[in-house]
Amino acid sequence: MCSLCSFFKSTIGRKILMALTGLVLVLFVMGHMLGNLQIFLGAEVINAYAYKLHHLLPAAALWGIRIFLLGSIAVHIWAAVTLTLDNRKARPDRYDDDKMVQASYSSRTMRMSGIILLAFIVFHIAHFTARNVPGMQYEEAGVIEPTMVPLVKHGEVVVKNGHPVDTFNVNDMMVDGFQVWWVSVFYIVATGLLCMHLTHGVSSMFQSVGLRNALWRKRLDRVALVYGWVVFLGFAVIPLSALTGILKKDPTGGLPVAAAEITETLHK
Amino acid sequence: MEKTMNLTIRVWRQKNRLDVGKFAEYKLANISEDSSFLEMLDILSEQLVADGHEPVAFDHDCREGICGMCSMTINGIPHGPESGTTACQLHMRHFHDGQTITIEPWRAKPFPVIKDLVVDRTPLDKIIQAGGFITARAGSAVDANAMPIAKGIADYAMDAAACIGCGACVAACPNASAMLFTGAKVAHMNSLPQGKAEKDRRTLAMVTTMDGEGFGGCTNIGECEAACPKSIPLDMIAHLNRDYAVAQMKNFFKPVA
Amino acid sequence: MNLDSKIPEGPLAQKWTSHKFNMKLVNPANRRKYNVIVVGSGLAGGAAAASLAEQGYNVSCFCYQDSPRRAHSIAAQGGINASKNYQNDGDSVHRLFYDTVKGGDYRAREANVYRLAEVSSDIIDQCVANGVPFAREYGGYLANRSFGGAQVSRTFYARGQTGQQLLLGAYSALSKQIGLGKVKMYNRHEMLDVVKVDGHAKGVIVRNMVTGEISRHAGDAVVIATGGYGNVFFLSTNAQGCNVTAAHRAYRRGAGMANPCYTQIHPTCIPVHGDQQSKLTLMSESLRNDGRVWAPKDKETAKKIREGKLDPNAVPDEERDYYLERKYPSFGNLAPRDISSRAAKEACDDGRGVATTGLGVFLDFRDAIKRDGQKAIEERYGNLFEMYQCITGDNPYETPMMIFPAVHYTMGGLWVDYNLQSTIPGMFVGGEANFSDHGANRLGASALMQGLADGYFVLPYTVGNYLGEQGVAAAGKVTADHPAFAEVEADVKSRIDKLMSIGGTESPRSFHKRLGNIMWEKCGMSRTKESLTAAIEEIQALRKEFWSNLKVVGDADSLNPELERAGRVADFMEFGEILCRDALMREESCGGHFRAEHQTDDGEAKRDDDNFAFVGVWEYKGDDVAPALHKEPLVYENIKLATRSYK
Repeated sequence: MCSLCSFFKSTIGRKILMALTGLVLVLFVMGHMLGNLQIFLGAEVINAYAYKLHHLLPAAALWGIRIFLLGSIAVHIWAAVTLTLDNRKARPDRYDDDKMVQASYSSRTMRMSGIILLAFIVFHIAHFTARNVPGMQYEEAGVIEPTMVPLVKHGEVVVKNGHPVDTFNVNDMMVDGFQVWWVSVFYIVATGLLCMHLTHGVSSMFQSVGLRNALWRKRLDRVALVYGWVVFLGFAVIPLSALTGILKKDPTGGLPVAAAEITETLHK
Repeated sequence: MEKTMNLTIRVWRQKNRLDVGKFAEYKLANISEDSSFLEMLDILSEQLVADGHEPVAFDHDCREGICGMCSMTINGIPHGPESGTTACQLHMRHFHDGQTITIEPWRAKPFPVIKDLVVDRTPLDKIIQAGGFITARAGSAVDANAMPIAKGIADYAMDAAACIGCGACVAACPNASAMLFTGAKVAHMNSLPQGKAEKDRRTLAMVTTMDGEGFGGCTNIGECEAACPKSIPLDMIAHLNRDYAVAQMKNFFKPVA
Repeated sequence: MNLDSKIPEGPLAQKWTSHKFNMKLVNPANRRKYNVIVVGSGLAGGAAAASLAEQGYNVSCFCYQDSPRRAHSIAAQGGINASKNYQNDGDSVHRLFYDTVKGGDYRAREANVYRLAEVSSDIIDQCVANGVPFAREYGGYLANRSFGGAQVSRTFYARGQTGQQLLLGAYSALSKQIGLGKVKMYNRHEMLDVVKVDGHAKGVIVRNMVTGEISRHAGDAVVIATGGYGNVFFLSTNAQGCNVTAAHRAYRRGAGMANPCYTQIHPTCIPVHGDQQSKLTLMSESLRNDGRVWAPKDKETAKKIREGKLDPNAVPDEERDYYLERKYPSFGNLAPRDISSRAAKEACDDGRGVATTGLGVFLDFRDAIKRDGQKAIEERYGNLFEMYQCITGDNPYETPMMIFPAVHYTMGGLWVDYNLQSTIPGMFVGGEANFSDHGANRLGASALMQGLADGYFVLPYTVGNYLGEQGVAAAGKVTADHPAFAEVEADVKSRIDKLMSIGGTESPRSFHKRLGNIMWEKCGMSRTKESLTAAIEEIQALRKEFWSNLKVVGDADSLNPELERAGRVADFMEFGEILCRDALMREESCGGHFRAEHQTDDGEAKRDDDNFAFVGVWEYKGDDVAPALHKEPLVYENIKLATRSYK
């Protein structure tokens, strides 16, 4: 057998692939969270961030990154599914008196949390990226209206070639999107599961590539716990803030002049 | 004076490999708390024989916790509730009067039940046969002190080599993975200088055989470590993963002949 | 019976070298034509099977366990001796040889022991090359300790698991050969008889313990490495499955049984807790370096302690009898195994024993803890104390440990010549199963040495020599179709049928227990003419009862532990009688054999070199017929016989 085939076929090889793709996703999740948290800095910042994400790299590269991320998820899932099938086959019978001694809850529920997370990722992409969640009418109140606003930098509209640059009003999209309570609840639950998935995964991936011992296991387990919670809180705080009204819509996209004008018009 | 207890034993009975198997329940009286768990089973056997029934078959031999022959899951935990203890070294003082004790065989696809609590563990031998050795034919060895080995490495190799091959790690694992067993042997032999020559070949061959024998993969949950009567740590699995990755990498980029 | 020991000519130190040179060789290309059968997979059997396969012979190896890695060699704790002199403390091949002969109370064959000492160094080299993780010093060189009262540090060790590590070394070499197809391994197979063709051992009959199938296996030579017979005493430190069947069946087919009365009793075992006990657990002798052995001076005090009415710590010093220190002031608590064991028995016979059964004495660390602190004691014996607490539930840091002697090792076994060949040509015997190297008493850390010496460095030569002598034309000539196989197979089957069909009321275990009781009481640590005569009669009566009242449940064609035990007990019943006869014949006290009639005024063993400096070999003469005694005189050319003294 070719060495690559044997690697993909072996349990350890697949676990290593899981760890490596896991690492990609772990880092992505942190970056994504930090990006999202910029919503608390105002519509101007989050919108500019979104613009930058879309325009910093040529479209092909952007798609390359997207495919890489989706590919990582695919490999991660492929490894998980095939390993799970193998594992089930290896242990068809359970003990009548089935007990666990030291396995953590999160480590034993990776498959369950993983499956729900997959469903969440599909929903999430449909929700914010494709903006096409079946059954959700975007014209309805409280759901996403992809409005365009001018890109704002340092309180002024950015002008390119004599024209103001337009961008999505990500701020309003997010606040709108989280106005539906069950959507927000789903997001919070999903990030909770993500937290669980990470509290095992972040430490476990080091074990799978062989970079762990008893001492580092303790340390990495703690790191993973903190990482999981940071990710959970960082993500969950946004729908929570949107629901409770801490985050507000900003139809101007963060332009103070426009805001003043709008207020004036309203007062008249 | 010694204390005694009355017990209900719920034990798996299965005539042979093909039989379906089921639990049977027996009452035992006046078991001394100083008896070992297997002595309790001896008494049960004598009781069954006296009644004209076949005794419960179970594997056991040295009864001092080193041969690795005894293999039973007691109340859901391989080798029973005491950590770092084989079933033969488990004593009845850890149970109480009136208790119901459930005893099951190791449960794993690669370990088919032969009879009652006796299972076939030859797949573990096959893993060793694939590469769990350091080739040195009798007579070919150099002087034992010709190659100094740092104490730390020798101690680490000994930690790994303490494995008794009982299979409790497989039995405890929800995936019936033999990674702790294989990892311990790989860590023992790969860490010693005399084992380096065959390191990559050994690791790849043992892992291939391990997978081929139908053991599951590792999900890093650590139940094996908790069940291991010799407290072999998960480090050994990390060691195996590391050596496997390196071996595959070297294999992949080896010069083309 | 021909007891030609075939000791090579020449000076002691040259014998093995010149013998190896004079051996017949088998051409490497012809070796694959030969089949060698190895029964047992411990240090001797496993190493022999692996080494013979490495040389190119086809090997079939049998063990009763589910894997060759589980043989009872695995349980040895202390270490393995070798005359490496790495410590520069004056050790040499000659000193190891001398110590072993002296330790064996001058009842071992000089040439064999010398060879053992000679190859001991090679064993360490071989084991290290095989990856045995021996203890090392910080400099990276091998560590040694002094063991069992030896005055040089020549013992190599791997924590308290030396036997396990050495066995795993041999097992890994064996596994490699199994993987290569040179060794065909038969796990869960028990040898039930040996087959002779034209007087030569040409095969075995075995039972598949899972399916009950009886099968024939033919070979050009048979190696028996099936361990000792300590389980004839029912309770011993041996594994549950250890048995004498292979050796005893060979004896019934014409192999001489040598010195069966030499049984070693180990003084520091955990006492028996009651009649439900199945096994005695040994604790390392090293405990006696710091523990003080005592029993109460007064029987009443002992009784109160037994009943739990008195805390042993409350017994003042003047009411304690530190009997080893009293009797043997210079060696004190470190007196040799046989002497300490007998002293413990005396105290208990006197009604001063402790433990609930009255069969125990104290091994007290109170003074050592006071002197060196608990931490120091913990560092030295932590794991042993833990093991003791795990088994007894007592904390030995607070309550004095209790110990009692138990049967541990058997020096006797099948008679073999210098080539380890028994009186049946073509049948070789290695390890504890033969009688060869330990005389009447074995020194600590020498059992592992002997097993591996036989397996790695003696049998691979001498078996080859035998095969060479037979000539290549004879290779593989005898097959399992030979009528002799059918005949022996029929014997084996009829015996199993007989065991299954008695239809009595008593279980094999119960008979085993009763036999063990006779052996321990009447042929244990101290033997007399009366006790032995009575034992022989009782065993004969018990044997009759066994064959008329045995109850074996289950069937013969599936896994049946009751049938397995029944067969083994049946052989123990016959063998126990031979053991007693040997003990009765040997009118002297030496090593592990103590005849109360033969002691000095102060209770020490009295050897009789004039009349008993021989190997007692028993020949089977038929059922219910007394076996015949043959003698191989022991000639000492290099060592002067002396009396052991530990005063």
